[in-house]
Amino acid sequence: MSNKILIIADHLDGSLNESTARAVACAQQMSPTGIDVLVLAEDGASVAAEAAQIEGVSRVLQADNAANAHPMAALLTPQIVAAAQQGEYSHVLGPNTTFGKDLMPRVAAKLGVAMVTDIMSVHSAHEFDRPIYAGNAVITVAAPTDQVLVASVRCASYPAAPGGNSAEIETLSLDAELPGHTRFVNLEQASSDRPDLQTAPKVISGGRGVGSEENFKVIYDLADKIGAAVGASRAAVDAGYVPNDMQVGQTGKIISPELYMCFGISGAIQHLAGIKDAQTIVAINKDEEAPIFEVADIGLVGDLFKIIPELEEKIG
Amino acid sequence: MTEEIERDVMEYDVLIVGAGPAGLSAACRLKQKSPDLEVCIVEKGSEVGAHLLSGAVFEPRALDELFPDWKEKGAPLNVPVTRDEVYFFTGETKSKKMPNAFVPAPMHNDGNYIISLGQLGRWLAEQAEELGVEIYPGFAAQDAIVEDGVVKGIVTGEMGVDKNGEPKDGHVPGMELRAKYTLFGEGCRGHIGKRLIREFGLDADVDPQHYGIGLKEIWEIDPDRHEPGLVIHGAGWPLNTSGSGGSFLYHLEDNMVAVGLIVDLNYENPYLSPFKEFQRFKHHTEIAKYLEGGKRVSYGSRAITKGGLNSLPKMTLPGAALIGCDAGTLNFAKIKGNHTAMKSGMLAAEAAAEALAGGGEGGDELTGYTDAFKNSWAYEELYASRNFGASLHKFGTFKGGALNYIEQNWFKGKAPWNMHDTTPDHAATRPADECQEIEYPKPDGKLSFDILSSVHLSNTGHEEDQPCHLKLTDPSIPIEHNLPRYAEPAQRYCPAGVYEVVEDGDGNPRFQINFANCVHCKTCDIKDPAQNITWVPPEGGGGPKYSAM
Amino acid sequence: MKVLVSVKRAIDYNVRIQIKPDGSGVVENGVKHSMNPFDEIAVEQAMRWKEAGTAEEVVAVTIGPDAAKEQLRSALAFGCDRAIHIKTDEPVQPLTAARVFEAIAQKEEPKVFMMGKQAIDDDSNQTGQMTSALLEWPQATFASEIELSGETAKVTREIDAGLETIEVDLPAVITADLRLNEPRYLKLPDIMKAKKKPIEDMSLDDLGVEAAARLETLKTTPPPTREAGVRVESVDELVAKLKEKGLV
Repeated sequence: MSNKILIIADHLDGSLNESTARAVACAQQMSPTGIDVLVLAEDGASVAAEAAQIEGVSRVLQADNAANAHPMAALLTPQIVAAAQQGEYSHVLGPNTTFGKDLMPRVAAKLGVAMVTDIMSVHSAHEFDRPIYAGNAVITVAAPTDQVLVASVRCASYPAAPGGNSAEIETLSLDAELPGHTRFVNLEQASSDRPDLQTAPKVISGGRGVGSEENFKVIYDLADKIGAAVGASRAAVDAGYVPNDMQVGQTGKIISPELYMCFGISGAIQHLAGIKDAQTIVAINKDEEAPIFEVADIGLVGDLFKIIPELEEKIG
Repeated sequence: MTEEIERDVMEYDVLIVGAGPAGLSAACRLKQKSPDLEVCIVEKGSEVGAHLLSGAVFEPRALDELFPDWKEKGAPLNVPVTRDEVYFFTGETKSKKMPNAFVPAPMHNDGNYIISLGQLGRWLAEQAEELGVEIYPGFAAQDAIVEDGVVKGIVTGEMGVDKNGEPKDGHVPGMELRAKYTLFGEGCRGHIGKRLIREFGLDADVDPQHYGIGLKEIWEIDPDRHEPGLVIHGAGWPLNTSGSGGSFLYHLEDNMVAVGLIVDLNYENPYLSPFKEFQRFKHHTEIAKYLEGGKRVSYGSRAITKGGLNSLPKMTLPGAALIGCDAGTLNFAKIKGNHTAMKSGMLAAEAAAEALAGGGEGGDELTGYTDAFKNSWAYEELYASRNFGASLHKFGTFKGGALNYIEQNWFKGKAPWNMHDTTPDHAATRPADECQEIEYPKPDGKLSFDILSSVHLSNTGHEEDQPCHLKLTDPSIPIEHNLPRYAEPAQRYCPAGVYEVVEDGDGNPRFQINFANCVHCKTCDIKDPAQNITWVPPEGGGGPKYSAM
Repeated sequence: MKVLVSVKRAIDYNVRIQIKPDGSGVVENGVKHSMNPFDEIAVEQAMRWKEAGTAEEVVAVTIGPDAAKEQLRSALAFGCDRAIHIKTDEPVQPLTAARVFEAIAQKEEPKVFMMGKQAIDDDSNQTGQMTSALLEWPQATFASEIELSGETAKVTREIDAGLETIEVDLPAVITADLRLNEPRYLKLPDIMKAKKKPIEDMSLDDLGVEAAARLETLKTTPPPTREAGVRVESVDELVAKLKEKGLV
């Protein structure tokens, strides 16, 4: 059986979202006979050019349409269904960004097939691992092999496929009737000085070891220096150093940044529950037996008040 | 209360506080006797069973009386006790197994079952609902309504108050639930029961109440090591010098075992940590041989009322009665309280049903309950074992144990002496400088664990933006009094890591209360040397979510 | 205006799930279940419309075993007028759920079908989108603000790039995100009243719905555990490692 895979590109303002390359990396594990990337945009030239560079991509299909100026699932779906049928794809994948989460189930329903959410590991072209219960369990699922497989790829599980490719770009004209019932109004892009804790790619966090509300300033300073959001352990919140909404952990925010750097956090299980999906955990603690070191990718034992200034200086 | 709050009011014939074995049995009995009575149960746990924790080896005597056809009705009594073992542990690898002939009669378990009290509670709740009882989990009884010396019902806790006590969006004031009789079955050290006992002087003629803290875990073990129906009780190590208590390991069904330690709360050394004693206990050769290779699936803790008959307060007051462990009906010689709790609830129910049958308006004392209780097998049991706890307290596990053997087996509990222990548990604590610090082994992550990963398995949770439900009468006492004198024992007696002494920014000690960890065991309310901590119910639905403890 | 709102019975979010040692699933027996938290938000939204006079009738619907009535009772205690229980003891996957909801929506003809954005048990995040697709209705997922005006709804959606506002014609499926509202506390008298409200029982057969092809769950396992990485001795070493990983 041939596995011909179509990946829907996630993009904004003329540039490709990295999640697309992560989805390609996942697709490569499905013994594909071809991986095509579909760019649905008003003018997809620049996005298509970026997509063509992703290693593993066979073709980029560029389908321009004024209706695609803003990605709306109800409008994109008929085009994807048409492309999937025209190209006789066996798999249609998207990233598990909000774009993909909104879109892919609609595509699946229109194709009349079940969908796999959040592929985190590929066993075969129709057998995958995916997380349930907020990642507290993993199930292995087998999808029917006699129908198109629609799925979203859990981006945190796949590094982006590298660049360096120059895949063919084809323009595609799709015969699809688009509904008029959904209209874009506006997009207010997040533009705060400090990124949002929930979605920030980098998070600096402080615990009770920081010692006081005033001392937390060093955490904020370091965060600002590297463009990170600031979080805290429950102990720090309970001690009144920071407000409630900064709490990371079981009863606070569950986050999955690329970098999680924590200072003076011992690593109680309730805290670890909130960071288990972080890609790289860096722990700085003066207690070398703190449980945080058991899960940290990089650990440094020492006094945070000496380490932070040195870090700021050397990160430059 | 400074301002008048407009409250919703609901009226019932009988209101029951707490959906435990006593309260649920009372509710069922009421509806069996008088199906037309309006009976309501409020329960602070998020569902029936969420706050129930017991060993439990269950003696079915009361259940036989309540539902003679419990087997057909599918009561979750699935594992009959097949074998009893009793040990004196003398060290981590040493033990003396008691020959069966020397085991005190009340500790024999023929005809008993190993159960999960949580499951039994859920089953009883189903029976009660079928009989027409209204059960409302997630609603805490905040306080009793007492008017002119008569209990008229309760006020439920308000919902949606922030940590500073200010109403949040969606704030809901408590409502009044009024009844002709109110039965308090809150379990050990119920906060309303405590108030009523004090205000109505119910304990004027009895010894101070005594308590233990029970810690329990459920493990799923290697099927080859599992023997359904096996009951193991132990005394001694690790508690020989620093405190007294007992331990248990029960083999349930499906490769599950319940393992636990009960530490008497009259221990003297403020450095003692019941939690760490429990963790250490599991390393005993006789226990570890079952647990090794297994997986811990839940953890919980609850205080136990164990003073027995000598400490049993008057159980009635105008308009209300105390039932089960809220009064203190546990038989400590048997280490069982579920059957006596059920029995007391049933007797209170019968008395209430009778009083209301003749068109009674309630509000009086249910003396019929007290009389019936005195004539019941439950009372006979408690009488027979009245000296058990006191002699252990006085003479220690070994000598006291021997005395209990003589008393229970030779005199069948009718020995011509009475023993009293008149020191309240909190007052037994000695100053830290007279005691030795206890060095506990580090948890190995296989048999023993740290406190926070344990609390995690109790599924406890509380809305964080609410007032702390552990009230300090004088906030300065922990640091200014308890810390220098007793090394603030709250840090150690709490089985959920709620209390900590931490350094503030200037290096000074500060008392921190992590109330969200609380598993509602009530130990702090009992053991604080200064009696400065009062446990009040948090927002309904908070606390542990035990599934089958 | 009529609002339909779906609720799902799921293991309570406070409960740490246990995976059965034979890998056949998670332990559900004796474990506290509640209404899926995102569904509570959806129900709360519908109630706010009802209280504001925007909605005349709010109907709660669930698919599941007998025990799921408990969650319908909660929805009724919130203030829903009536409830529909599509009974099945089989686990229901999103596409089948969507077919059921499609049939119910065709029967009830609501203006808005509110749902939670996902259920916290299977975390699929599909049913709302699939339902709207089958109905050919617009969808507005991850809603953090909804403004209804006559025949349209203006919905602010929480997406990775920020807050997106779209306008959809009604009827539509709208799925609730965390910040849409904070569900109320249920009051005892409302819980009592809810016991007397009607619940209509139906089966998949009654609706003429056939279960869709399923994903077969082969096994359930604990998530991979993190392992300790390296210890560095100095800030220089730390910075070097971070630069190597491209993190600073």
